[in-house]
Amino acid sequence: MPQSKFEATRRDVLVVGAMTVAATTSPSAVKAQVPAPAASSSASPVPSGNVALSKVSMTINGKPRDFELDTRTTLLDALREHALLTGTKKGCDHGQCGACTVLLDGRRINSCLTLAVMHEGDNVTTIEGLGSPGQLHDLQSAFVKHDGYQCGYCTPGQICSAAGVLGEIQAGVPSHVSMDLMAAPQASPEELRERMSGNICRCGAYCNIIDAITEVAGRKA
Amino acid sequence: MKSFTYERARTPQDAAVVAERTQGAKFIAGGTNLLDLMKLEIETPVHLIDVNGLKLDKIEHTEAGGLRIGALVRNTDLAADKRVRRDYGLLARALLAGASGQLRNKATTAGNLLQRTRCPYFYDTNQPCNKRQPGSGCSAIGGFSRGQAIIGASDACIATHPSDMAVAMRTLDAVVETVRATGEVRQIPIAEFYRAPGSTPHLENVLGPGELITAVVLPKPVGGVHIYRKVRDRSSYAFALISVGAIVQKDGSGRVALGGVAHKPWRVEEAETTLPRGARATVDRLLADATPSNDNAFKRPLVERTLAAVLTQARS
Repeated sequence: MPQSKFEATRRDVLVVGAMTVAATTSPSAVKAQVPAPAASSSASPVPSGNVALSKVSMTINGKPRDFELDTRTTLLDALREHALLTGTKKGCDHGQCGACTVLLDGRRINSCLTLAVMHEGDNVTTIEGLGSPGQLHDLQSAFVKHDGYQCGYCTPGQICSAAGVLGEIQAGVPSHVSMDLMAAPQASPEELRERMSGNICRCGAYCNIIDAITEVAGRKA
Repeated sequence: MKSFTYERARTPQDAAVVAERTQGAKFIAGGTNLLDLMKLEIETPVHLIDVNGLKLDKIEHTEAGGLRIGALVRNTDLAADKRVRRDYGLLARALLAGASGQLRNKATTAGNLLQRTRCPYFYDTNQPCNKRQPGSGCSAIGGFSRGQAIIGASDACIATHPSDMAVAMRTLDAVVETVRATGEVRQIPIAEFYRAPGSTPHLENVLGPGELITAVVLPKPVGGVHIYRKVRDRSSYAFALISVGAIVQKDGSGRVALGGVAHKPWRVEEAETTLPRGARATVDRLLADATPSNDNAFKRPLVERTLAAVLTQARS
């Protein structure tokens, strides 16, 4: 079937919708998009209505990226709105849900609770960097096989978190449920449930998520 | 979030100098608590001093046989350190009982000590709160106080300190090392680090203007069985209703500190002489001056039963 030239992606529709709302209800929200001159490094308060800009360079999914950002930009917003990598999701934006989980130098973090400018020279891996549709990461394949999601919104965070968990277990990091602090931790279902507790799934796919991670952990072991 | 300027500190003392001379400046390390509060405009710094590059991220032996933990050591790395797991199991257990894996990978040792209360009225900017806005009043007193302090509170504030790690540090007699803008280095015993809320609950510790934590030092290991038991509404990723950190020796003597009951980790050294006589006698002295509300009166028996379980576990 030929593609209609009017066909828009869901994201295009959402962005246009949001802009319409901003333009009709909040003129100041539009004005705030205009970049102001960068503040000097001397610490005078930023005048009201202006933004302080800062440059930062990092490697995202193996590619070097340079940004000039409002200092307030979280790593999450830099990834989604500036690098246009929208695989990483914004859920609560307060570190409670884990949807924004990415790997920073191989370690999982909440990208919503860190500023982009704090990551000069760092290595960030998002879900787009773990695998691609033609070449899925083991965890991505296992989530598909075990039905480790329903709506899918938390899934990129779940998978990045799971990749971090497997690395932590391999590195010998204990958890709250590890019986013996000196023993090598195992990827048991109990351990995985505890270690994945920072990732919320409102559809309740937890059992299948644990099955998916268990399969990958077993394959690695 | 309010706009702010940003710089990366070069040395600990430089960071302290900038922080002291800049009204409204704050240090940022892990940022997991500060950014949360900045998004809600509960914290509104005009300048952030990023201390992550200061190389304060090592765990080293001290001459006294203890460990010096750099201020920037991440919670995950501290809990996973072999020396900590072996000799300071209480600390590893407390760290692992807090937050989520993602947060522990970012949160730092110093930042954990300095995290703010999770009192719901502190977070609700529509409500008066003396900690958030000095002099505005306390909504928790007479409000929903299930999670609030039962001891050591004041007429101005009944919030609790949220940290699990701090309870372990208090039990272990840790010392907080700092540097001031003048270059002066201070060693502050953790027992003297946190202030009582009194009439100024917005002042939570004894750090001076611009003073930067550089390390937390543990004395040499004291042996014994190390247990941290946390009681919470969910079995993972929730703040404590109450927690008990204990080190119990073979003869039944030991140390105990509580989380979730006061504005700071709660430890009364004199009460520990009664530990061999059991939980009830110890808690009678530990919480002798408690003034719980109807909402949180459950915390006292919960502390006693949890300590009893801890002492049973230590004997087994």
